[in-house]
Amino acid sequence: MNQPDASSPESLLPALLHHLPIIQVLLPMMGAPLIVLFGRRMAWALSCLLAGGSLAVALGLLSLASGGAPLQYELGGWTAPIGIVYTVDMLSGLMLTIVSAVGAVVMVYARKSVQLEIPAERHHYFYAMLLLCMAGLMGICITGDAFNVFVFLEISSLSSYALIAMGRSPRALVASYRYLVMGTVGGTFVLLGIGMLYMMTGTLNIADLAARVPSVADKTTIRAAFAFMTVGSLVKLALFPLHFWLPNAYTFAPSVVSAFLSATATKVSFYVLLRVIFTIFGASLLVQTLQMHNLLLLLALVAIVMGSLVAVFQHNVKRLLAYSSLAQIGYFVLGLALHNEAALTGSLIHLFNHALMKGGLFMVVGCMIYRVGGCRLEDLTGIGRRMPLTTLAFVVGGVGMIGVPLTAGFVSKWYLVLGALQAGLWWVAAIVLFASLLAVIYIWRVVEVAYFRPPPVDTPDEAPLALLIPTWVMIGASVVFGIWTGPMLHIASQAAQSLLGGLQ
Amino acid sequence: MSFFSEPAGLILVPLLLPILTAVLIQLVGRFADLRDGLHTAMAAITFASVMRLWPHVRAGDAVEFTVIDLFPGVPLAFSVEPLGMLFAMVASGLWILTSIYAFGYMRGHHEKNQTRFFTCFAAAISGALGVAFSANLMSLFVFYEMLTLSTYPLVTHHQDAKAKRSGRIYLGILLSTSVCFLLAGIVWTFSITGTLDFTTGGILADHVGEGGALEGNKLALLLALFAFGTGKAALMPFHRWLPNAMVAPTPVSALLHAVAVVKAGVFTVLKIVVYIFGIDLLSSTGANDWLMAVAGATLLISSVIALTLDNLKARLAYSTISQLAYIVLGAAMATKAGIIGSATHIAMHAMGKITLFFCAGAIYVGAHKTLVSELDGLAKKMPWTMAAFTVGSISIIGLPPMGGAWGKFFLGLGAVQAEAPIYLGLLMVSSLLSIGYLMPIVGRAYFRKPDPHDEGHVHEAPLLCVVPLCITAVGCLVLFVLGDGIYQLVLPVVGGAL
Repeated sequence: MNQPDASSPESLLPALLHHLPIIQVLLPMMGAPLIVLFGRRMAWALSCLLAGGSLAVALGLLSLASGGAPLQYELGGWTAPIGIVYTVDMLSGLMLTIVSAVGAVVMVYARKSVQLEIPAERHHYFYAMLLLCMAGLMGICITGDAFNVFVFLEISSLSSYALIAMGRSPRALVASYRYLVMGTVGGTFVLLGIGMLYMMTGTLNIADLAARVPSVADKTTIRAAFAFMTVGSLVKLALFPLHFWLPNAYTFAPSVVSAFLSATATKVSFYVLLRVIFTIFGASLLVQTLQMHNLLLLLALVAIVMGSLVAVFQHNVKRLLAYSSLAQIGYFVLGLALHNEAALTGSLIHLFNHALMKGGLFMVVGCMIYRVGGCRLEDLTGIGRRMPLTTLAFVVGGVGMIGVPLTAGFVSKWYLVLGALQAGLWWVAAIVLFASLLAVIYIWRVVEVAYFRPPPVDTPDEAPLALLIPTWVMIGASVVFGIWTGPMLHIASQAAQSLLGGLQ
Repeated sequence: MSFFSEPAGLILVPLLLPILTAVLIQLVGRFADLRDGLHTAMAAITFASVMRLWPHVRAGDAVEFTVIDLFPGVPLAFSVEPLGMLFAMVASGLWILTSIYAFGYMRGHHEKNQTRFFTCFAAAISGALGVAFSANLMSLFVFYEMLTLSTYPLVTHHQDAKAKRSGRIYLGILLSTSVCFLLAGIVWTFSITGTLDFTTGGILADHVGEGGALEGNKLALLLALFAFGTGKAALMPFHRWLPNAMVAPTPVSALLHAVAVVKAGVFTVLKIVVYIFGIDLLSSTGANDWLMAVAGATLLISSVIALTLDNLKARLAYSTISQLAYIVLGAAMATKAGIIGSATHIAMHAMGKITLFFCAGAIYVGAHKTLVSELDGLAKKMPWTMAAFTVGSISIIGLPPMGGAWGKFFLGLGAVQAEAPIYLGLLMVSSLLSIGYLMPIVGRAYFRKPDPHDEGHVHEAPLLCVVPLCITAVGCLVLFVLGDGIYQLVLPVVGGAL
């Protein structure tokens, strides 16, 4: 009698809301095989639909989670800790929004770019892989089960190896292979760590782990598990010195894939790192017992400076952006290593802001490749006159990377510098500010080539609207969220507070 | 209609009009006459909208408006006070004349890409007005950077190798100082006080002294971050961007690099000294002593460099650096008369220097000359231009009956109040030096024989160039009479009579 009647419309909505967490993952995951089997002709349309749906679901989950207590969903009705639960709190809601929003915009953008860069007979495979990758990334963010994290990690990794290998250059295959080797090592490390945790605590549920780890925290096995899981996620995150797979992977991947992965994959890896350090083991292990946050701080600063410096000397714009990403990964880890609320807020909001800016910039480069066939600096001479709107998007996105006020990049930088000063580390603040000058140099190298060299042909040749509109949506959003900072700041600071909860 | 008379409308209209101008210029870009006419008309309307704030400022009313919270406790907000009002009037008023002048100059000189030029020009004015009306350091920083970025395409207007190199120096120095020092100072201030609002009497007084966050030399260090961080104030050793910016077309050098951009810089320093530090705090702790020394050195060294330069625009640029150092010196004195002297000098120097740059541009258009040594006997061919140049020079030197005299008078008074008579001496020496670098130009033009090769193709610049420079020359005279008006306007800033 109490069972809600699924056929009556008024009970459909609560049921739908109840099952939202699983729908989030199932939408793209089930879409992928459907496209391969039936959807050859309408692969793109279907993918857009599913990605848009995912975005709607993610926004729904975020608004539900921001009500207060985290959302819990038990798969198949099996209660935790035996069954698998999906948990949505502010942080995972934020991550789901990032992945699905970028996924949706990139999917719209994909049609023209994929037509150019990928042979027609593989289009439906491409879309299926992209959806699978999305599903994997969102699964990592939503699941409350440690082993499940590994499973989704592998789903997203395997599909991204395939996506990168679809690049036009033969070197894409080598880049993908290198990523595969490193990614597998990273994934295996994570798995080893999870195994050790299971051995010591007898549970895989993350909340349960968090409760049981403290009682055995001084055991060597727990320390080893911590080391394996941290290093494993650092490999996937590509923090210096574990970054060698990233530049080639981003450079030789199809434009759509570079845009999607740069905006989402490293962010989700950072999410895993946050969960490992703050949720499972507790920040006190890192900070008070091991005092390893100093090492992370050092690596982050080296990543920031080295990444920016190497970016300055690149001739291929995609590779330049890839090295810039390495520096930005340093900013994420910096906020973690400083472990105060302002810095961690900066880190989390930078996940979102950097996704917009870097995703947008890779999309700009995709537009340029569509018209001029390459993205080396000598291909782009005078592009400011040939493709004024596209180049303007690059300037706006680049100015955001530099961190000029009223762009999203400024918000993150403000909080990171504030956090460094609150921690009493003025020299860290100085390095962060100095590194943004390096960003001026690498962005302006492109700007000078685009505006100060004569174009080979002086006729306007703007990218098609199908590419230009999604690109400007991303770039425009990076400005909008630089001014309208309220909502994202609220989410990021709430998430930072709950992560740091164990430390006070 | 009510929106326009509420604080929001009063403040936002002058800020948005230049942006609207930029958009309109883009839209009608292909019709050159319409575009240029529109530019001048919009400049006049913008000035009128700025002047609508005048009665409120004179009456001491608070005109404030908050747009949005950028961070908790740090809004993008505007508030009109006397210093900002003065700067806004100068920038928007001279924009009208410059737009007419640019009309004549850009065509007389057959410049390319005029639509982009006028678009960026209008955007830069909006940035300058934003700096003038900012209610806190963050808003000021936003518009400060907007000004930097919108003037970059103007500096690099010719898009050749020279423009690219100068553009690098321009952007390099202005961005790196503002990001590394100014932003650092802003974040530091915020982390200590939790606010960035411009407040009468400053916001730092509670944090100085034993045990405070700014004990010992830290206050002087913070002042250094702000003073050097404001690269637009061209304090040595961060001055090189200004001579390099002279590759831009002359209207840019005239309005932006003698008025809007550089005055935004010294205005920022002045505002920070008055409303963040507070002059009482600075004068009681002595944290300002080093800044007086740096400003004094800058004004002396740059005057000497100006003496050695043959390129007319470069000589004027170093003269500007020297005059900006006067204003920073006045702020650094942290005395009532010093602050008033600085504020007065912002207006006086603007009028004098824009006249000189207009003349330099007119000489370039009419005679195609750029070097001081080529100007022999030019007064016969270009009587109006050289007369205006003479008037502007006298104002810059600081002699009555030109406006420049008032600025120097109050600055000298400030040095006495600060009990630092050495700076009074320095001001006098600098005046002598400015006679040394300006008067020979006048002398050559009037008393030497012209080069016989020049016969025939040297003539007065187009009317649209000559009329604005005559108006600003008359303006130098008028400002001498209006000296008391400016004094009365800024007096409330320092809290009453001297």
